[in-house]
Amino acid sequence: MTGSLNIIYFAWVRERLGIDQEQIALADGIETIGDIVAMLSDRGADYADIFSDVGKLRFALDQDYGLPATPIGAARELAIFPPVTGG
Amino acid sequence: MIKIVVGPDDFDIGVETQQVAGQGGGAIASFVGQVRDDGNLASLELEHYPAMTQKALRQIAETALSEWALHAVTIVHRVGKLAVGDNIVLVVTGSDHRGAAIESCSFIMDRLKTVAPFWKKETGTDGTTKWIEERESDVAASEKWQK
Repeated sequence: MTGSLNIIYFAWVRERLGIDQEQIALADGIETIGDIVAMLSDRGADYADIFSDVGKLRFALDQDYGLPATPIGAARELAIFPPVTGG
Repeated sequence: MIKIVVGPDDFDIGVETQQVAGQGGGAIASFVGQVRDDGNLASLELEHYPAMTQKALRQIAETALSEWALHAVTIVHRVGKLAVGDNIVLVVTGSDHRGAAIESCSFIMDRLKTVAPFWKKETGTDGTTKWIEERESDVAASEKWQK
C-alpha cells in the first residue's frame, strides 16, 4: 500500500519532538500503528526515547482510539499522545 | 438532548442546570471540576485534540443516554490557561429519578477523565512546568463501568 498519512502529536510528545504534525509516506510493509511507531523509534536516540515504550502512549486513527496492532487501512490522520488527563 | 461545549469560556452552572431541567423530569444531577490549589500551583494549561474532543464527548453522552433513562446531558469542558479556583468541567444530567441522574453523571465524569483527549500542564509558583500524569485511580474508576 502506498499513500501518505498525517501524524499529529499532543502534550509532552509534541513538546519533546518540537513539531505538532508531519506528513509521512506509507512505504511497503507499514500496515499497522505499531509499524509506524517502530519507524519513528528508528529515527534516532531522541525518537527512541519517546516512541520505544508504547505503553506510555495512546493512539487515535481518524479520531478513534487504536492499538499498536490496529491496521492503518485508508486512515488519513494518526494522533500520538500521552494518556489523557482532562476533567 | 445532548449539549457539548468545548472552549476557553467559563460556564454558568445555574444557566446550564436550568436548561437541563427544562428538558423534563424532576431529578437533576451535576458535577463541577475546578483547578485545585495544591500549594504551589500558579496556573494550569489545558490542551486538547479539537477534531477528536467533540466526538469523544458525544460518544460518552450517547452511551449514558442508552444506559440510563435521561432527558438531557450537558458536558462543558474548558481549554486554555486557567487559574486556581477556575472552573474546568461541568456535567449536568436530567432524569425522572435521582438514581439515574447521579449514576450517569458519575459515569460521564469517570469516562471523560480517561477517554476524552485533554491534557493538563501545570506551571508552579517557581515557574517550572509539568505535564500531569494519568492516575491509576482514574483508570480503575473508568473501568468499573465496563460490564
